[in-house]
Amino acid sequence: MWSWIPSNGSLIWQLTWENAKLGVLPALYGLVISLPLGVIAARWRWFYPPVLTVVNILYAIPSLALFIALIPAFGLTDTTVSIALTVFSLCVILPNVVAGLRGVPAAVTQAATAMGYGAFRRLIAVELPLAVPVILAGLRVGVVASISLASVGQLIGVSSLGYLFIDGLQRSFPTEIYVGLVLVIALALVCDLILVAVRRALTPWAVS
Amino acid sequence: MSFFTWAWDWVTTDANWHGSGSIPQQLLAHLGYSALPLLIAALIGVPAGVAIGHRGGKGAVVVINFANAWRAIPTLGLLILLAVFLGFSPITWLLPLVVLAIPPILVNAYEGIAGVEASVKDAAKGMGMTPWQQVTRVEIPNALPLILVGLRTSAIFVVATATIAAYIGLGGLGRFIIDGLASDQYGPVAGGALLVVILAVLVLALFAGLSRLVIPAGLRKQAKTE
Repeated sequence: MWSWIPSNGSLIWQLTWENAKLGVLPALYGLVISLPLGVIAARWRWFYPPVLTVVNILYAIPSLALFIALIPAFGLTDTTVSIALTVFSLCVILPNVVAGLRGVPAAVTQAATAMGYGAFRRLIAVELPLAVPVILAGLRVGVVASISLASVGQLIGVSSLGYLFIDGLQRSFPTEIYVGLVLVIALALVCDLILVAVRRALTPWAVS
Repeated sequence: MSFFTWAWDWVTTDANWHGSGSIPQQLLAHLGYSALPLLIAALIGVPAGVAIGHRGGKGAVVVINFANAWRAIPTLGLLILLAVFLGFSPITWLLPLVVLAIPPILVNAYEGIAGVEASVKDAAKGMGMTPWQQVTRVEIPNALPLILVGLRTSAIFVVATATIAAYIGLGGLGRFIIDGLASDQYGPVAGGALLVVILAVLVLALFAGLSRLVIPAGLRKQAKTE
């Protein structure tokens, strides 16, 4: 029964690669959209409560339902799944961007201003670097959840490791399901560890 | 036609509201399938989070990393694996939903308790409260906003994901979606999806109301979101 794995090596590799792309890219898109929104929300306080309400409602939409809602516009394609996962990633990352920026001590921003930093340079050189641990904590949740949710895309026919679940069920072949489960979890953990390494590299002053 | 016209046409078709497998029946089933795993997850996650938060120390790193790894478990895969081994038993659909619901509850309960101000904890101790009193009368009421955020997040996850359980034959709103996908009918697929979204938003509103009722007046500032 384990001989299934070597004889399907190329299929497994291809599905893993597709699942990785489908999980990681939307999380990065989510980060790219969250950063400017978070900066605006941290600076102008009235902007955040309405945005947070919208984010909470978007986050409440089941992934499968959002995939389905996007089908008329984008069809049964990668784009449909990517857009939905980008939305979910945005929902977890944005609150962390805001919390990270707001958590920068006032004394630090004042010191930066006193040293002659303008608002933009202070944001890039002081506030965002200090917010990195909190922002990356959000990105970690976003990446792990996206990789895991990407497998649901298989229900609307978008190729991912979810294929192994569904094919395994139809053939009552547990090996295939094990392989899918282990690879999804391994993929998520590898990405998580990479992000932990990135955080350490970006924040050499932090203790842990 | 757009998603909403498909969904609206299907939801407003009178025949879909009567007989076996009708909208009201599946809606009730969906609520039942969501409530039980949420309750079980709360009974595990809240006490565990409170205990770890109360002890403090290295707990933080462990809880956050554990919860993050735990989140990586794909619900669809776990569901299908159990279905292959156990067939359609209650464990088959309960276990994946409980697994899904634990991390947000645990993390928020932990962060709520760990985030109670040290001066408040010291005051409780200084007034001669026993450890049990400190936890139940001071720390838990102070952590309640975050504990509720955790429960809300999990409730929404469970309501949303119970949909996927229809794939292995569970009832509920997911039936419309899975059966519609299998028979290439977009009407029930869109309608079912819309009903799940409405249900999820109602859960959100329910928790907003609940937090007004149970959170002590002195704490009614904005609760942090996960």
